[in-house]
Amino acid sequence: MGLEEKLPSGVVLTSVEKLAGYMRKNSLWPATFGLACCAIEMMAAGGGRYDLARFGMEVFRASPRQADLMIVAGRVSNKMAPVLRQIYDQMAAPKWVIAMGACASSGGMFNNYAIVQGVDHIVPVDIYLPGCPPRPEMLMDAILKLHAQISDEKLGPNRQKIIQEVEAAAMAAKPTHQLKGLLA
Amino acid sequence: MKREKNLSAGHGAFGSADTGDTSGYGGLVRTSTSWGSSERPFGSYFDEVVDDLERAYPDFADAIEQVVVYRGELTLHIKREKLVEVALILRNKLLFEVCLGVSGVHYPTQTDRQLHAVYPLLSMTHNRRIRLEVSVSEADPHIPSLVEVWGGNNWNERETFDMFGIIFDSHPGLTRILMPDDWRGHPQRKDYPLGGIPVEYKGATIPPPNDRRSYR
Repeated sequence: MGLEEKLPSGVVLTSVEKLAGYMRKNSLWPATFGLACCAIEMMAAGGGRYDLARFGMEVFRASPRQADLMIVAGRVSNKMAPVLRQIYDQMAAPKWVIAMGACASSGGMFNNYAIVQGVDHIVPVDIYLPGCPPRPEMLMDAILKLHAQISDEKLGPNRQKIIQEVEAAAMAAKPTHQLKGLLA
Repeated sequence: MKREKNLSAGHGAFGSADTGDTSGYGGLVRTSTSWGSSERPFGSYFDEVVDDLERAYPDFADAIEQVVVYRGELTLHIKREKLVEVALILRNKLLFEVCLGVSGVHYPTQTDRQLHAVYPLLSMTHNRRIRLEVSVSEADPHIPSLVEVWGGNNWNERETFDMFGIIFDSHPGLTRILMPDDWRGHPQRKDYPLGGIPVEYKGATIPPPNDRRSYR
């Protein structure tokens, strides 16, 4: 005796959140942000062999105004950091960031004065993709995981609540170097 | 920036004495790198180049401090006051049309000549290559710019200024080219700290290379 039974056939009910998530995940526009060798793998992922076009996102936009996904592919130097932040700020919300490779995620092998030790120092990161460099399959896996994340994304007050919960959990979490793991 | 001079010739790539050096060069033994002028005959086309320069440039004995042939390369060590004169002669008379840039070298142990600038030259007419070398002290790191002679040296001199702090006088716009404009210090000098942050693992923190090796 629900509402569904009284609807004419061919009509599907869903929530606004689910509908918006479905639309957003199927219409991701990546910005070109190749900085180093990871960019080569990113280009390979966009090419014919790996075919990112299957997910409708093979066209990398040169303008941040037309993009909503930034794939930071490579190490970010201190001189590049303000440029990266400006590109991120120019992208239209909602927007997402993938830190591709060890260098973008943590500084990688470049633990020195010139390189930003993880791009999460300057922009919020949604997916950290390990590898040096990651294979195109790994990049596509990260993108699919991001798709799943986007399609489940809440809107409005629900989203604010989740953000606050995640933030509180992160603040309460034990620092990595205090985790003993198998050493305990 | 903390600046210390403890980089004497010795053992290990980074002067390390214990097991902290993970570079794999712990057994390396460095010898002093100063050698005097080479004796004639220099071999190859080098005699011809030096003879030509002596004929074309009467001030040769005063301007050229050393003529070194090492590992198949001819290097002329030039007093910095005479650099532009010699460069013009080399370009116009000896037809070294191309200067492939300028490299900086830092020898912290060479008193009053810690900073060297090396210019590789190419004569396309004669298919010959030589190198010019100028050395200055850290306290007075001024070398005349060669942009007026070889225009392509513009950005190369900016890079050497950025990395080594050698000031090229009368350069049209000597600003940093690789590091941010407000950066302090010159990173390729031997006494410049490598930087870095401690890396956290589960149950452990590894200090940055700068603290693990004894060149800190």
